[in-house]
Amino acid sequence: MAKVEQEIVPLNGDNAVAYAVKQCDVDVVAAYPITPQTIIVEKFSEYVADGEVDTEFVCVESEHTAMTCCITASATGARTFTATASAGLALMHEMLGVASGCRTPVVMSVVNRALSAPINIHCDHSDAMCERDIGWIQLYAENSQEAYDSIIQAFRIAENLDVMLPTMVGLDGFVLSHTLENVSILPDEAVKKFVGTRQVPMVMNHQGKLVPFKLDPANPLTIGPLDLQDYYFEHKRQQEESMRKALDVIKQVHDEYAKQSGRRYGNGLVEAYRLDDAEIATICIGSTAGTVKTVVDELRENGVKAGLLRMRAFRPLPVEDIVSNLSGKKAVAVMDRACSFGGNGGPLFHEIRHAVYDLPSRPKLVNYIYGLGGRDTPPYMIDGIYKELQKIAETGEIENKVQFIGLRE
Amino acid sequence: MKRLSEWKFTSKEFAQTPEKFLSGHRACAGCGPAIALRLVMKAARGPIIATNSTGCMEVVSTIYPYTAWKIPWIHTAFETAAANAAGIESALKILRKKGRIKDEQVDVVAFSGDGGTFDIGFQGLSGAVERGHDFLYVLYDNEAYMNTGIQRSGGTPHGAWTTTSPAGKVIPGKAEYKKPIADIMVAHYMPYVATASISHWKDLVVKARKGMEVNGPAFLHAFAPCPRGWRSETAKSVEIARLAVETCVFPLWEAEYGEYKLSSPSKVIALKPERKKPVEVYLKTQGRFRHLFKPENRHVLEDIQKEVDRRWQKLLKACEIA
Repeated sequence: MAKVEQEIVPLNGDNAVAYAVKQCDVDVVAAYPITPQTIIVEKFSEYVADGEVDTEFVCVESEHTAMTCCITASATGARTFTATASAGLALMHEMLGVASGCRTPVVMSVVNRALSAPINIHCDHSDAMCERDIGWIQLYAENSQEAYDSIIQAFRIAENLDVMLPTMVGLDGFVLSHTLENVSILPDEAVKKFVGTRQVPMVMNHQGKLVPFKLDPANPLTIGPLDLQDYYFEHKRQQEESMRKALDVIKQVHDEYAKQSGRRYGNGLVEAYRLDDAEIATICIGSTAGTVKTVVDELRENGVKAGLLRMRAFRPLPVEDIVSNLSGKKAVAVMDRACSFGGNGGPLFHEIRHAVYDLPSRPKLVNYIYGLGGRDTPPYMIDGIYKELQKIAETGEIENKVQFIGLRE
Repeated sequence: MKRLSEWKFTSKEFAQTPEKFLSGHRACAGCGPAIALRLVMKAARGPIIATNSTGCMEVVSTIYPYTAWKIPWIHTAFETAAANAAGIESALKILRKKGRIKDEQVDVVAFSGDGGTFDIGFQGLSGAVERGHDFLYVLYDNEAYMNTGIQRSGGTPHGAWTTTSPAGKVIPGKAEYKKPIADIMVAHYMPYVATASISHWKDLVVKARKGMEVNGPAFLHAFAPCPRGWRSETAKSVEIARLAVETCVFPLWEAEYGEYKLSSPSKVIALKPERKKPVEVYLKTQGRFRHLFKPENRHVLEDIQKEVDRRWQKLLKACEIA
């Protein structure tokens, strides 16, 4: 497939997401407003009011109901989307597990925002990190362009018959959601063709007959039954199996999309930036990667072998990519925009640290908790992290394994 | 205003209607909700999709890999029966419009107990009704959280013993009165609200069919005794349900677009007040009210009678009978 002509439009992250959803021929959108996601539902409401989409828009009374409507609409065979942030995601928590357990491929954008209390509307990743083990695929965008691209890809990933798992796309609150950026937009037809019409897998019903996996009066199925000691475990194992399969599907969908858009984000799972010959590196998620890249470029100009590994997929965790990219590095700093209170560092640190455990020679690993509640992350702060890494690389000594950075202490 | 049409059928025809909620499920002997579900499903006019909140009926009917449902059915969580229906209805609407499913009317019915309706699921129910989704919501009311072992809900009546409103030395059972859930639903200005009892099956199925046929949301409050939770005889569930109607503890009525109308079994009592039985006749049939018959709790019985009379008078006024 050849690269297609694209239009460049100034959009903020939320509008980029809404535009992508508009192009994906979504059947049902059920959503509720919450800062900094509100622009998405507002924009989509305009598309509905102006007749620009063929979508049933359900303007619900809570995020809990938003997710529930998406689940049962999806189980009826519809392509579904919702968007939320922070407290809204926390309110959905119960239903997120139902979405993944019922194998309903709902797509959701999470405009990452700090959790209460104290109440704060600005960016960090504590909302989505709380949902690590709930069975959703988690992708994170670095900029609004990637948010747009990832939403389109997410439908293909979630609805893949080998995957059939709900997928969330994270974009940093305000930093991306409310900031204008030039975004390249694919033509409507190209997107429509790329996402196609939603298909459902065939499953065996209680009478041993193969039927489409949906609520269909012609082929009755009981979905979401009571599942006890004798079967529950197998169903959970199948969910994990599909998560494993998602690793390849995310890469394939990313590659296929890149052929049309000309845009690549690493291999779709991780993006390595000037990492090949790097001796020291940071790892981060989301928009901070943009700042880190600038710092890395400056360090490289000064002869410092610095690099970056950006996690695009957090669930499923691309362990092999983490291992291969960190092998041979001297010192690595994991940057967490969330705190796991009482844990051994932030959530991303846990994952990276265990992933590299089997390496014959492990890099020295440190953790920085940064940017909670939207605290600014300026280049000099990142530069300071690389300076620390240089010291660790030279001496082999770690003074503080886990540090909080950019705050009064 | 044009009244909704009533489904006419003979008992023989009804008996021959295919079952959609099948036997073999694991409900207790004398289960009122199981009777309510069977009757509602037999009232289906064509293709139908059902959803259940978490609760007894979900648990007894779908232990994997078995199912008692001969139609498409889904369960997601406890507080979500109405939201489930909203999602299904929205999907059906758009998929039909896009030509991705057969162009036919598919009714959507949501089942939930009193816990899932009066309490944890109320927000979702109110929201779905406000948005005007086309579905029938059936509340099977056995007046407590029976699936978790008889805990009080907003639907538990005054004075009743439950494991979280025990009949103690100081407090004689549940202190609060039953939330008037059906009236609250009428206050939503929804197209159709009705109460029904498993004792008056024909009245119940006619109302269920009406609820399916009406465009927009319909709410059916079905009274359904639970012998386990009520400490009553399993053979007497229907009899007890009948006494609830005859004592006006649970009057039968319907409201189309907010206009109340008494149903025959209660209208008979309204026209001949001497037929109204004292509440004690009903309360005596159940162990959950046993403590009220001790001399020191006499006042509770009197309070219950007073409240039943007060609500009955209010209903008669609403029906323009009093």
